[in-house]
Amino acid sequence: MTSTRVVVTGLGATSPVGGDVASTWSALLEGRSGVRQLTEEWAEPLGARIAAQVAVEPTEVLERVKARRLDRSGQLALVAAIEAWADAGFTGPAGEVDVDPERLAVAVASGIGGVTTLLSNYDNLLAAGPRRVSPLAIPMLMPNGPAAAVGLRFNAKAGVHTPVSACASGNESIALGVDLIRLGRADVVLVGGTEAAVHPLPMAAFGQMMALSKRNDDPAGASRPWDKGRDGFVLGEGAAVLVLESAEHAAARGARVYAEVAGAAITADSHDIAQPDPAGLGATRAMKRALVEGDLAAGDVLHINAHATSTPQGDVAEALAIRNALGDAAGGAVVTSTKSMTGHLLGAAGALESVATVLALHHRTVPGTINLTDPEDVGLDLADKTRDLPAGDIAALNNSFGFGGHNVAIAFRSA
Amino acid sequence: MPSTDEIRADLADIVNEVAGIPADDVQLDKSFVDDLDVDSLSMVEVVVAAEEKFGVTIPDDEVKNLKTVGDAVSFIENRL
Repeated sequence: MTSTRVVVTGLGATSPVGGDVASTWSALLEGRSGVRQLTEEWAEPLGARIAAQVAVEPTEVLERVKARRLDRSGQLALVAAIEAWADAGFTGPAGEVDVDPERLAVAVASGIGGVTTLLSNYDNLLAAGPRRVSPLAIPMLMPNGPAAAVGLRFNAKAGVHTPVSACASGNESIALGVDLIRLGRADVVLVGGTEAAVHPLPMAAFGQMMALSKRNDDPAGASRPWDKGRDGFVLGEGAAVLVLESAEHAAARGARVYAEVAGAAITADSHDIAQPDPAGLGATRAMKRALVEGDLAAGDVLHINAHATSTPQGDVAEALAIRNALGDAAGGAVVTSTKSMTGHLLGAAGALESVATVLALHHRTVPGTINLTDPEDVGLDLADKTRDLPAGDIAALNNSFGFGGHNVAIAFRSA
Repeated sequence: MPSTDEIRADLADIVNEVAGIPADDVQLDKSFVDDLDVDSLSMVEVVVAAEEKFGVTIPDDEVKNLKTVGDAVSFIENRL
């Protein structure tokens, strides 16, 4: 239904289970958890003392001066973007390679932005006065800081954006990237999300919402989507970036295509600021619209990377929404939640899970959901171990939902 | 009382930490902006770190007069 086809030509990630895409993907296939106990002193008073921190510190990868001018969320975004850009076959910034800087855009999202920079500078302010607040505090803490750092690195001049829709942000950046290409405003867009909020304040706040798992003695077993023993999500951190490109631009430079972004749909519940619509109506509409936009039938969807964060209500509401969106074809899709291993990366979740969805189509393999020992009967084909996908033209969905009632579904078609 | 070169060396370490400039390049005749590529925000960081290191106060109005490393070293020397 749209003339401009959008394809994925590069992938980058730094996650709780690996410092790049290859190590992240193999960890997901092996079912390895990135969740660990927080032994730091600040975690002692918290109810939830577990988190999924990145496997590789960004400061080990980035040059020191570059890193110290970025919030941790910016560091992670840059690490993922550097990998994605190189993976797409680019050896230098736009202008030096086959991309016009004025046709290169960026959409890198964040859920909470530079929260650790904000809080550490506030600590300095209280302890030592305004003179000890960093002159870099504003560019580091502003939510668009990571997107701007990525844009500067690759010389993006078609616009740099930061969609903010809580835990749907990563997917919303992909939807925005698709729009920019389809509207003819860019040929190539670096899209993704980043989050670095493992800090006592966000953890205390999510804890007060009763959103976090308190399975402190069993970190690897704490994130258990759809399992009857689930008791909340595990906070994760990391970043993922995808290179989106018009199919025409990709073909002209002979780029490798992982998958096509067939449809990207955004809806809002208008129900409650924090609770999902219990009937999942907004989520259902997002999935249905993504399929319509991509000229896909429900039966084409053979895989879904669900939002499923391991909360008691959310996982079940999403399953209902999937059944309502796909109807009789719902049982034909292998459904998984990679959050069982990575924890919940908030504003980076949709981006990381889109990388996993794209790789599932590319390799025809779905990573299983770990800890699914006593599953709820949700009427779906939940993958409790690695599963194969058939050859041929198939499609997959990636869902992300966020506080505020944001629902974003991305439909990918195999290349 | 540290010597001029000791102050320069300490300042060079600060510039290296903040801006990544090799400490050996931070010589008295070098301009922070034109030679060492220290931007305005990094200069604020250098000034605050120098205040802590040397126990002096460098008012904001003075910072614009500190064009070269030598200017900064002299300013600090005069206040120690």
